[in-house]
Parts: sequence; C-alpha cells; structure tokens
Amino acid sequence: MALILNEEQLMLKESAKGFLSENASIKEVREQRDSGSTTGYADTLWPKMVDMGWSAILVPEEFGGLDFGNVGMAQIVEETGRTLTASPLFSNAIVSVSLIKKMGSDDQKSNFLPKLASGQLMMTLAIDEEPHHNPEKIGMMATEEGDSYLLNGKKRFVIDGSTADKFIVVARTDQKSKGKDGLSLFFVDSDAIGVEVERTQMVDGRNSAFVVFKDVVVHRKQMLGQKNKGFKPLSSVLDLANIHLSAELLGICEETFDRTLQYLKQRKQFGSLIGSFQALQHRAAHWWSEIEICKSIVLKALQSYDQDDARSPFLASIAKAKLCEIAELSTNEAIQMHGGIGMTDEYEIGFFIKRARPAQMLFGDHNYHVNKFAASCGY
Amino acid sequence: MSNLQAFRDETRDWLESNCPDSMRKPMTSADDACWGGRNWVFKSDDQKVWLERMAEKGWTAPDWPAEYGGGGLSKEEAKILREELKNIKARSPLDSFGIWMIGPAILKFGSEELKRQHLPPIIRGEIRWCQGYSEPNAGSDLAGLQSKAEDMGDHFLANGQKVWTSYGDKADWMFCLLRTDPDAKKQLGISLVLFDMKTPGVSVKPIKLISGSSPFCETFLDNVRVEKDQVVGDVNQGWTVAKYLLTHERAMIGDMGLASAGSKTLGMIASEKLGLTNGLLSDLVLRNEIAKWEIDAMSFSCTAERVRDESKAGQGVGATSAMLKYYGTELNKRRFETLMRVGGSDDLVWEGPMSRDGQVAKTWLRTKGNSIEGGTSEVQLNIIAKNILGLG
Repeated sequence: MALILNEEQLMLKESAKGFLSENASIKEVREQRDSGSTTGYADTLWPKMVDMGWSAILVPEEFGGLDFGNVGMAQIVEETGRTLTASPLFSNAIVSVSLIKKMGSDDQKSNFLPKLASGQLMMTLAIDEEPHHNPEKIGMMATEEGDSYLLNGKKRFVIDGSTADKFIVVARTDQKSKGKDGLSLFFVDSDAIGVEVERTQMVDGRNSAFVVFKDVVVHRKQMLGQKNKGFKPLSSVLDLANIHLSAELLGICEETFDRTLQYLKQRKQFGSLIGSFQALQHRAAHWWSEIEICKSIVLKALQSYDQDDARSPFLASIAKAKLCEIAELSTNEAIQMHGGIGMTDEYEIGFFIKRARPAQMLFGDHNYHVNKFAASCGY
Repeated sequence: MSNLQAFRDETRDWLESNCPDSMRKPMTSADDACWGGRNWVFKSDDQKVWLERMAEKGWTAPDWPAEYGGGGLSKEEAKILREELKNIKARSPLDSFGIWMIGPAILKFGSEELKRQHLPPIIRGEIRWCQGYSEPNAGSDLAGLQSKAEDMGDHFLANGQKVWTSYGDKADWMFCLLRTDPDAKKQLGISLVLFDMKTPGVSVKPIKLISGSSPFCETFLDNVRVEKDQVVGDVNQGWTVAKYLLTHERAMIGDMGLASAGSKTLGMIASEKLGLTNGLLSDLVLRNEIAKWEIDAMSFSCTAERVRDESKAGQGVGATSAMLKYYGTELNKRRFETLMRVGGSDDLVWEGPMSRDGQVAKTWLRTKGNSIEGGTSEVQLNIIAKNILGLG
C-alpha cells in the first residue's frame, strides 16, 4: 500500500480544514476559555460536527455510521490540532466508539453505536488513577455480588468527564490479579448513586474530571467485553487513541511551524528580516525536517492499524513517542523564535504549547512510549 | 496486475537458479562489495558469476533503457526486482558511481554518442568511475572551483587540482567539473567533462583518513587533454548537470542511514553485549538512547518510503533529497556513537581479534564524513531554508 492519502481522504482533509477555519478558529478557543463555560468546549460546535458526519466516521454502516476508517478520521483530528479545536470528538467518536466496536456485545453495539454516531450520547473512558498513565497498574476494584458488581476506586484525567453521560470504567474483577490480568470494563452512568464527579479545568482550557466511585452498583450486563480479559482489546484501542493523539500533535507541529515561518519573513531586527539569519534558518530547516519525519510515521501507524497489521502496537508507540518529542520542539521553538510577543496571552502562538502538553501526556507521554517500544523489542 | 505477478514469478525463479549461495549471505565487511572496473580482482568466482549474470540481463541498472544494456524495467517491475533481491538477501552485484551518479546524468543530458560509449561498460561493471568535484578551495562553496579547461580548438586542456576524489586511485574514468569560461559569473562558466584516468598528466595521491583507510584521493591535472565530445550537456552549462548529479548523490548517501542498519538491530546487538536484567537491557540509560535511535530510524525509513510514493503519485513538495541526506547521515553518525558505547573498551581496540581489527571503530570514524561529503549538513540546511522554506 502506498504511503500517501487517497483522494477521498484528501477531500475529507480539505473539507475539515474549511469547516474548522470557518467555525472553530483559535479566536473561538479564546472566547470559550474566557466565557466561564464549564463544558470545556463550545456547545454549539458539536452539533455542527455531527452534521458534518464526523461523529459517525468510525461507526459501522449497520449501526448508522460511515465506516470510513481511521486514516480518514485522523485527517480531521490533524486539522483540529492546527485550530486547537476542543470537542468531544476524541472521547466520544474515537475512543468510546472504538472500544464498543471492538469489545461490545450485539446488544451493546445496537444500543450505543447509533446514539454515539448521532452525537446524542456522551461517553468517555475512565482509566488513569495516577498522574502517569499505566494501564497495568489499575487499583480500582469491582467485587461481584449476585448479578451485580460493586465498584470502588478513583479515576483522574478523565477527558470530558464532567459532561459525559456514561463512563467506560476499567477495574479489577479478580481481586488477586496483578498487571495485565484480571481487568474488566464497565459502563457506568455518571449520575449513578455513589459516583462523584469533580471538574478540573486543565492548562489547555479543556475539562477533565476527577471521579470517585464509592460502592457503585453495576449490573453484570453493563460489563463491556469478557470478564478478566479486558486488557488486550483495551490496549489495542489505547494504541489507536495514541495514533490519533499523534495526528493531533502533528497538526500542532505543522501550525506552529507555519506561523513561525511567516513571522521569520515579517519581523525585522538589525535592519534585516530575522529569517535571513542563518542561526534561525538552520533551526527552522531542522524543525521542518523533523515534521516531515513525523508525517510519515503517523500515516504509517494509521494505515497499519486499519489493515490490522500485527506491527500496529509497535508503530503506535513509535508515533506517539516521536510526536511528543517534536511537539515539544515545535511549541518551544515557536515561542522562542517569536521572542517577547510569543510570551503574551494576546498573541495566539502560546495557545499551542498549552494544548500540546495534555495531548502528549494523555495515554502515555514520550517516556512511557519509548519504554513500551523498547519492551516490545525485547530489551 | 497479472503481468506484474508473472514478472515476479519469473524473477523469483531466475534469481533462485542464478544467484550463487555465497552471494545470499550478508557481507561481513565493506571489502565484500564488488566495484568492478579494469583493475578489479574478484573476491570469489561467485562474485564474478553474479555480476556477469545480472549485467547480462541489464539488472545492474534495472530501469535504464534496454538499448544501452539496461534492464528496461518499469518502475513497478524494478520495485519487484528489488523486493525479490531483498527476499533472498542477495548482495548487490555491483556498487558503482557510474550507475548511481554519472550514468543518470549522461542519460538525462548526454549526447547519443556519449550514451552508447559509456552506459554499456558501466552496466557491465567494466569501467569504474570517480567524481572530480571538490577542490582545496572549493568545498561547500563548490561553484568557487578554479581548475580549468582551456579551449585549444579541437580539444580542451585541463589544469588544476581536485580533492576528495572517492576511490580515485582505483577508478578508470573521471567525471569532472572544470571552469571553461573564466570571465563568466561563478556558476555560469563551468562544464562537466569526462576523461580516462590513464590520460597523460593525470596523477592521483591517496589521503589517509582518521579511520586509517584511504577511500579518497587528491587528483592533479597537468596539461590533460580532454576531447570535445566528452562534455556532458552544453559547454558552460555544467552546473545544471552537477546539481542534478548531486541530488542523486544526496539520495544515495541519505539511504546509507538505512542500508547500514544491517540485519541485527541496535537493540539486539546491545542485548547480546550487555545482557538483560529482569527483561530489560542491563544499562538503562543506554536502553533509552537505543530505543530513541530506533524510533527515529523507523520514522526515517517510513519517510523515504513516503517521499518515493508521493513523487510517484505527483504529490509532495519535491526537493526533499536535502532533508533525506541531512537526516540520514546524522542518524548514521548517531548509530555508530551508540554502537561504540555498546562496545565499551572492546571496540576501542584498534588492532587484533578482540575488535576484529577495530572494525566498529573504523566505521564509526568513517561515518563522521557522512555529514561532510556530498554537501555538509549545514549546506543541506541552507538548501532547505532557501529552496523549500523560502528564507532569503
């Protein structure tokens, strides 16, 4: 398979670019932040995204979706990285849809997927318990009691957790298990008795939640996937989520670069455009080269995931590790090359670093994925 | 599609019966490569047979026109051939500056006579070429070259000095940049000419490198006669040809970042040398360094793939050879710095069996030149900044 986008994917990318520049520029991000809103995203934007069909892209046709694939979806995600658009697209239409598609029973699929495709139901994954992502270190317990389970534990960094109708919660169903074994997933209503949701506004202005589960009763029919066997399929969806986060980070890298390049061609010091100084030219050229490298690995990881290639977990970690590194380079170089104006809140370039870091941290940062990659290579 | 499948089947069968077993084993050192030429001494009968059989089919230059002895293959067929060669781990039958560099330039800019004269011996590995570009005072600033060719009516008379001539002492012919118009502006008075290294007045002196080897030479031109029909492209238009050729050279050197990766990964080599503790490489700092290198190498190799696929599909920015050259050579240098750390004091042994006569150390030192030859990393960054980013 050629490592390029096909025509349909290119068209989707173009239409996403057009839609976002009209409806979700960084001006809107600022307005949203300053409005005192508690959702973390513009409420009016999500229905428009649904109208564009974006919430249905990964949903199979039999459940009211478009089944367009992850390469296509990631073109939109990359563009949202350029515009820093906040929306439930990631938590709902990528993570939740993919988990249900992979692990759900027929009932769960026909119950939830159409509602997710039409944007009516808000759902999100609740997995992390510590400040660092580690799906093998789950402490949350689900104790069997008759037909139900009793959930106890705490989750943090739950993306869009304060606006979700339902959580997909990862818990231990085998009390004695450790690591990858004994994990199961459950659907839990956010308004269930014993669920406490605390909204935390993050550095990017978006919301994540700190959620406490205290003796929350969940019927066994609300289990997603097989008992004690949740890790493997969950891990595969986390890989996919990380590839999409890489695509978003790629958008951030490209946009910060483009804006900085423009600035190098406008700003004069010492009587010359600063872009004529070799000290900056070489840094810009190196930065551009790194972004070219990033484009390739993101597309490779996406294609391999859509083709069910056995190397996709491996490529997902390569992509996330690389994109975390270059997103850091990009957002830092962007500020430095803009000089003082890059430090002001009035200027937009500083918004990118504040979105990049949470996206880097979510589901494993650079160090996490370098380590995961090395482990998967057997050293 | 079925035609390509048939080609693949035929190719596989032909390789199966024609590639000698010893040519399917990984090279143990750079000495195993076959460079051909008048003075070439084959390392084995198999090496000779393998070259002859491949040359006979034109598959030493698979996508060159068959009328000049090339394989005449389409891009798709050439790709299949590469894949099938890779499948049986076949060694390259011929390493050749003729095929990589001057051949493509002759094909694009040369006269019909030049094509008929030079391409067939290149394909058969009978003539080995060297490149006369750099001069003592024209390195990164190549267009500042001063060696000249004076018009003597029926021929040119060449005088001057070239440096960093790769394998100049082993080559049969040189493609050489000379100033043919001393009054024209820098880039405008240069021609690309070809001459036999046996021509009276040509002398060569090897340069010993920090790696101990002497792959480069100084070449002195003292009243050397160059025939007028041996100019590639038009007289005084050599810079255009030279730039085209440099693009090929950059692509070639950039590729080495991948090619030298070999069959064992850095992680495997380090695991064997240092051992694992609880499943992790015993030196955790080195483990991190290696993983980061492998992540970059994988991403780079996908980039080479994407650039190829984009250019086939008519997408992309083009002019990416500077980026591939820059990134690939810097990666290769990093790889050998890490390898040296993996080897510890063993690989610092210069002579003797412990380090196979300093094999890693000598290659490590040689890689330092990767980001200098064919345009330094800094020159590549200049090219990217000016030609791609539009920074003046």
